Amino acid sequence: MFSNKYIFVYSTILVVVAASILSIAAVVLKPFQQKNQEVEKMQQLLSSVGIASETNNAEELYNKYFTEEYGVNSEGEIVSSYIDQKQTKGSERPFKADMKKELQKVKNNDRSASLPVFVCNKDGKKNYVVPVSGAGLWGGIWGYMAVDDDLSTVVGVNFGHKSETPGLGAEITTEKFQNQFKGKQVFEGSQVKLQVKKRADKQDKYQVDAISGATITSTGVSNMIKDCLGLYIKYFETIKTDSNGK
Amino acid sequence: MANNLKLIKNPLSKENPITVQVLGICSALAVTAQLKPAVVMALSVTVVVALSNVVVSLLRNTIPPRIRIIVQLVIVSMMVILVDQVLKAFVYEVSKQLSVFVGLIITNCIVMGRLEAFAMSHKPGVSFLDGIGNGLGYAFILITMGFIRELFGSGTLWGCQIIPQALYNIGYENNGLMIMPPMALIIVGIIIWVHRSRNKDLCEK
Repeated sequence: MFSNKYIFVYSTILVVVAASILSIAAVVLKPFQQKNQEVEKMQQLLSSVGIASETNNAEELYNKYFTEEYGVNSEGEIVSSYIDQKQTKGSERPFKADMKKELQKVKNNDRSASLPVFVCNKDGKKNYVVPVSGAGLWGGIWGYMAVDDDLSTVVGVNFGHKSETPGLGAEITTEKFQNQFKGKQVFEGSQVKLQVKKRADKQDKYQVDAISGATITSTGVSNMIKDCLGLYIKYFETIKTDSNGK
Repeated sequence: MANNLKLIKNPLSKENPITVQVLGICSALAVTAQLKPAVVMALSVTVVVALSNVVVSLLRNTIPPRIRIIVQLVIVSMMVILVDQVLKAFVYEVSKQLSVFVGLIITNCIVMGRLEAFAMSHKPGVSFLDGIGNGLGYAFILITMGFIRELFGSGTLWGCQIIPQALYNIGYENNGLMIMPPMALIIVGIIIWVHRSRNKDLCEK
């Protein structure tokens, strides 16, 4: 009753129609989805410096506390800045940068790499928040790490993951794990010494206890901090020399 | 008219997709630890079943039987991706919680089951009602389970604290098992038990 030709033509038309409907929907809904992702990012940044926020007040709080955003290259030079909601240097707002892509650029020695730094002014003190991104067991892991104005003491962290195992690797998003980072030191001299390890000594200011049963994810977090924070060393040194010179 | 009403009413009880047809159990266990995701999942499934029922029913005379399952799959997956995109745009928090399960609506047996059993052989209007009916039947069970599990598992409903602090002070504790999937299976079992004891004609001889 239905010839082969009919079946081929029928399925082709069906697939093309379905594909066009989906493309249209994707284009129309994209601005809304991006807005949501931005708000989520603001909430994560706020949470890393210990400010609780809801989806409806995240933007307001973000604008209040995070008054400075910088993009720095791996030589520690500021290539773009965005201060008090105004672009003051460069063309890209550092907030829009994707850490994963920027890391890739650094790896390829691409000079256009611009690593974001978010500066939070809270209670007259500056906290520097840097994004981190790396690999877990099943997929990507990422997060934000806030350091105090001594540029080494951790104020707080916020981690996220794509598809780590619930109950094991996914525990990196819990407060219990993240709170361990508070007060630890990241740098010793000009090296990242903070690490996540098994049977860590809780008193040691460079060690955070790993999650049992999630060795690869824990090592992933450790490597991610080492790789990402390491790139900011030169920038942090310039800030230190600047403030000492004053 | 009476027949149309039946299409909506029957799946709520005597032809309930979960308790009688035993379809869509997997998602019923997975998303009901809290009320909110359960409600969103129920709505999403209802929308997908109803719309894909209509589309398949409109196309039913043109679909070559040899590739009908593929055609149904294309239509269902298109609907699911649409729902997923809409959720991401307007209820982002919930979409993150449901992430995997929205994709799994495609494999929810209710959808394919209703397409094969009903939409392929009925007109669009009644197919739409059948979809809504089955969606609501699924929703009814999901919401009941979400209600029980969130209330006893976390002491909250829709995220708001329901069980007063005073009760915790005198030694009451949330039942941790409630939020685990095995307890969901037990609750489905209890619902099926209650349902059958009230409708003797459903019991196998």
